[in-house]
Amino acid sequence: MLCDQCKERDAMVHLTQIKDAEVLQLHLCEKCAAAKGIETTVAMPKHPLGDFLHAVQEQAPPAMGDQARCAYCQTTLRDFRTSGRLGCAHCYTAFEGALRELLRRVHGAALHRGREYEAPAAAQAQAPASDGAAALDALRERLLRAVAAEEFETAARLRDQIRALE
Amino acid sequence: MTLDLSLLPDGGIPWITASGPHADIVLSSRVRLARNVSGFAFSPRARDDERLRVLAQVREAASHSALLSRAVLLRLDEMTANERRLLHERHLVSKELAELDAPVARSGSAVLVGDEAALMVNEEDHLRLQVFRSGFDIGGAWERAALLERELGERLPLAYHPEFGFLTSCPTNVGTGLRASVLVHLPGLVLTQEIGKVLTGLQQMGLTYRGLYGEGSEVVGNFFQISNQTTLGRTEDELCDHLARVVAHVISREAEARRVLSRDAGYIIEDKLWRAYGTLRYARSLGADEAMNLLSGVRLAVGMYLIGGLSVYTLNKLLVFSQLAHLSLAEGRALTEIEANLARARHVRGVLAAEAGEA
Repeated sequence: MLCDQCKERDAMVHLTQIKDAEVLQLHLCEKCAAAKGIETTVAMPKHPLGDFLHAVQEQAPPAMGDQARCAYCQTTLRDFRTSGRLGCAHCYTAFEGALRELLRRVHGAALHRGREYEAPAAAQAQAPASDGAAALDALRERLLRAVAAEEFETAARLRDQIRALE
Repeated sequence: MTLDLSLLPDGGIPWITASGPHADIVLSSRVRLARNVSGFAFSPRARDDERLRVLAQVREAASHSALLSRAVLLRLDEMTANERRLLHERHLVSKELAELDAPVARSGSAVLVGDEAALMVNEEDHLRLQVFRSGFDIGGAWERAALLERELGERLPLAYHPEFGFLTSCPTNVGTGLRASVLVHLPGLVLTQEIGKVLTGLQQMGLTYRGLYGEGSEVVGNFFQISNQTTLGRTEDELCDHLARVVAHVISREAEARRVLSRDAGYIIEDKLWRAYGTLRYARSLGADEAMNLLSGVRLAVGMYLIGGLSVYTLNKLLVFSQLAHLSLAEGRALTEIEANLARARHVRGVLAAEAGEA
């Protein structure tokens, strides 16, 4: 989509204005938006984590794009950069490279030296008996998440995989 | 659900007794461990049914724990905003879990309150396990927290990564998930204007400070919460020892500042602090911050043996019970700011008169 103003550059800023009960849609490129005095950079929330979030947003590892996505909870690296929160334990594996770098900056270290832990055997025994059933459950879980995140392509793929297994 | 505070062991504030070491300067020591249960998305990302399943699993695990088996479960998702605020004023739940501005808390939000420990469920992490001790006792708090964590970890599969340690929603907590903090009262350092140097020093030592109510709260009444900033790359013992060493130093600096004050400015300080006491004793309206600052003065006077017959325990109780949600509960209704100021002054007057034997 081209900018409504200059009709040259791609529109990056989509503005909905309500004036006297009339809804105006404006699509502007960054330059024209700036010229109109519209704030295009997201203001940093006033937040004790501000500095940390800033560090998260600053470091952009070339190896991993913002679109990188955790297959389990559908959180993207971009989501993480915005909120400063990871979605689930699997995110640590999905974004491992980017995180290692970040942890070094935040903690001065990236390796845990505290108490070690092994999950209880009883809890593992509670898991579904057959591997097939477990895999199916995991896929259903991912399907629910994909739907919730409106990741319909992923959802369709997962649905097919579930059907094949069933 | 109606909150019956009499059900809570010690009202959920065991540290209020001021029975611990250095209680004149240190209100409480706390160790908090952040943990997540494997197999669920972290609470902010989890669906309602997942959060409820996490809560059910945590309750089951806690029922087998020696430290939490008799704990009281408080469902924040069934409480009014004022009840949630009240738990926050008692330091039992964080601002995030209390969701002070929301009419209803998210489903599955709860806190288990035991004699020695409290367990927040479905805050930013599935589990935020907290142990409070009265006075300066980080070692004791860590020992109990470690014990409770082992009990729970034997029944609940916790999210753990061999390289990153215990996994948390925010990477600032990953690794040990441990935040040790000491709530100190430093009026001497503030009055002698040494506080700036001390606070800068803390940051250089890898520690951080906040106000009375933790993250995002302002410093009021010369109360500072000092805690470790990083959680990864050091053992739990190292983190606790380091904090304890630095805080011990801060305590000795505060004691020294108080000695200097009574030596060089004896009558001025004495006059100021008695005036603070006089205001609390007789004022008809007290703002929240005003009360906090006056209580700070009186606490200093008691610590410097200028005012006798008044216990730190009473001052601790005033600090908690003169806050908005507690006043509202006592009055049985929501209060406007003006009404709260009147109720606060009435409450403080009553307590101080009783302590002075004039009730």
